[in-house]
Amino acid sequence: MPNIIVLVKQVPDTNAKIVVSGDRVDLSSVKMVMSPYDEFAVETAMKHKEAAGGEVTALTVGGAGADKILKDAKAIGVDHIVRVEASQEMDSNALQTVLAQAVTELGGEVVYCGKSAADTGAGSTGPGLAERLGWTSVSNVIGATFDGGFSVVTPSGGDHAKMSLSLPAVISCDKGDFKVRKPNVKGIMQAKRAAVDVRSIEVPASSITVVNQSLPPAKPAGKTYEGGAAAAEVANLLRDEANVL
Amino acid sequence: MTQTIVIAEMSNNAVHSSTAELVAAAKTFGGEPTVVVPCVDANQAAGAANMGAGSIIAAKSGAFTHYDAKGWASALDAVVPQGTLITGASPQSKDLAARLAARRGLSVVQDAVAIDGNNITSPVYSGKAMQTVSITGPAVISVRSNVFAPASGGAGEPTIVDTTGDVATSVQEFMARASERLDVAEANIVISGGRGMGSPENFVHLEAIADTIGAAVGASRAAVDTWEAIPHAMQVGQTGKTVNPNLYIAVGISGAIQHLAGMRSSKYIVAINKDADAPIFQHADYGIVATWEEALPVLHDSLKSMMG
Ligand SMILES: Cc1cc2nc3c(=O)[nH]c(=O)nc-3n(C[C@H](O)[C@H](O)[C@H](O)COP(=O)(O)OP(=O)(O)OC[C@H]3O[C@@H](n4cnc5c(N)ncnc54)[C@H](O)[C@@H]3O)c2cc1C
Repeated sequence: MPNIIVLVKQVPDTNAKIVVSGDRVDLSSVKMVMSPYDEFAVETAMKHKEAAGGEVTALTVGGAGADKILKDAKAIGVDHIVRVEASQEMDSNALQTVLAQAVTELGGEVVYCGKSAADTGAGSTGPGLAERLGWTSVSNVIGATFDGGFSVVTPSGGDHAKMSLSLPAVISCDKGDFKVRKPNVKGIMQAKRAAVDVRSIEVPASSITVVNQSLPPAKPAGKTYEGGAAAAEVANLLRDEANVL
Repeated sequence: MTQTIVIAEMSNNAVHSSTAELVAAAKTFGGEPTVVVPCVDANQAAGAANMGAGSIIAAKSGAFTHYDAKGWASALDAVVPQGTLITGASPQSKDLAARLAARRGLSVVQDAVAIDGNNITSPVYSGKAMQTVSITGPAVISVRSNVFAPASGGAGEPTIVDTTGDVATSVQEFMARASERLDVAEANIVISGGRGMGSPENFVHLEAIADTIGAAVGASRAAVDTWEAIPHAMQVGQTGKTVNPNLYIAVGISGAIQHLAGMRSSKYIVAINKDADAPIFQHADYGIVATWEEALPVLHDSLKSMMG
């Protein structure tokens, strides 16, 4: 029965307005939530447990403020909640090193995480952690099946590919076309009482440091074109000027 | 000066033209970048000629048949020289960048849109802010497309190096993408139709574009009220859903205040309307005065060729 770990990260609510003070984003008045793709990871981890047995541990790295999302995961139904205490900024190398050690300590055999965190949007953690552990990884997974071997569905070219793999593995989850379960009253009560297993792991030095954060440059004034042929020009601007494609 | 190596951006086993932009990005660190092409057949590396590379390595392996993160990272690691690695920023390339970085104990910076010395800038918080980081020593950097002007000239003939990778997944089957519609309130891109679409059947033109760019399809209230086939779940506006996507495309929608209430905070707004005086144009970043019959086919073709 697999020992299942799901990585969760606390991020600003994606509807929140981002303000900058000085040369840093100021999150002091922003509501913090579980990163949206992590919700799909939690759901897929729970489905894995239902199909194959075992236990699910939600793992995060951060300060005590991050306990809230662990409790949210507990209310949804995970068995254990673990936080690696950390207060400093970490680059991908430092974070993945800490996570690899935590996963090893916990004896994880399969790790689920979101395809990227809503704050950085980087998507480095799943594949990077897998490499450090020497495991297989599949990213942008939109569904998983557990009967008759483990397989996942991921985009491939314009289509989807169903891939089979064996454990151990790290699976980074995109939004799938399934609903994620919500906590029930019993779950919320249990989560309130649940203790977070707080661990300390030595954090290696980072080779990347944040220099500054700023608001994006103001968008240019609107442009209007005559005639349908201009749609080609607009498509280019959407990609090159607006950067939204 | 750090040696820089570009991992060619591949699309259907061919070198994608954006690789020349990655070479340009690599050149900001000085020196002559090496381009490494992951290929099954060394002929595929010919596409990297005249992209500004100092040298080209055709990394040849059966491991590159389908994308497999562990397989690609191990097969590339065996042939890619030490130094700073530059990759594209497609989902697959970002995944590869992260794996390669971890394999070499390096840090990774994703989605670079500017490189200034050792300072690298990327969007964060879904583009609501920009972050500049500084790297010390070699790193792996994924670079967004259409940021750097493509490099040209340089090496043409690749050196062929055989390599093997530790492929750990196997494709069971390919499936056509399910056309399950996204919810307008959750999508990063929304394309909405109004009464100007003429009939609910014409919404297929919006759906086709939505499928190309991963958008949700929305509607104005007039469209929902007029046509039974357009459900209220698609309605954007004061009595429908409020949306806040990166891109909102309004087609045949006049831009009544109640509609604006639901979408005006979208990061970018495109309007297609045959009436130059339609109020929607006052809120559009890009307005196209044309019928949708004229504009949508052009838009769809352009987007299709961009999405590759
Ligand atoms: C209390 C209240 C709440 C409301 N809530 C909402 C709401 O939640 N959402 C909402 O959308 N509305 C809402 N409305 C309705 C709103 O006032 C407008 O009536 C509605 O938005 C108009 O929809 P429309 O733009 O599709 O239609 P119209 O106003 O009829 O505009 C159609 C547009 O299509 C253009 N057009 C026609 N043919 C073509 C063509 N071939 N190619 C290109 N363009 C073409 C026309 O030039 C015109 O601008 C509400 C109204 C009230 C009073």
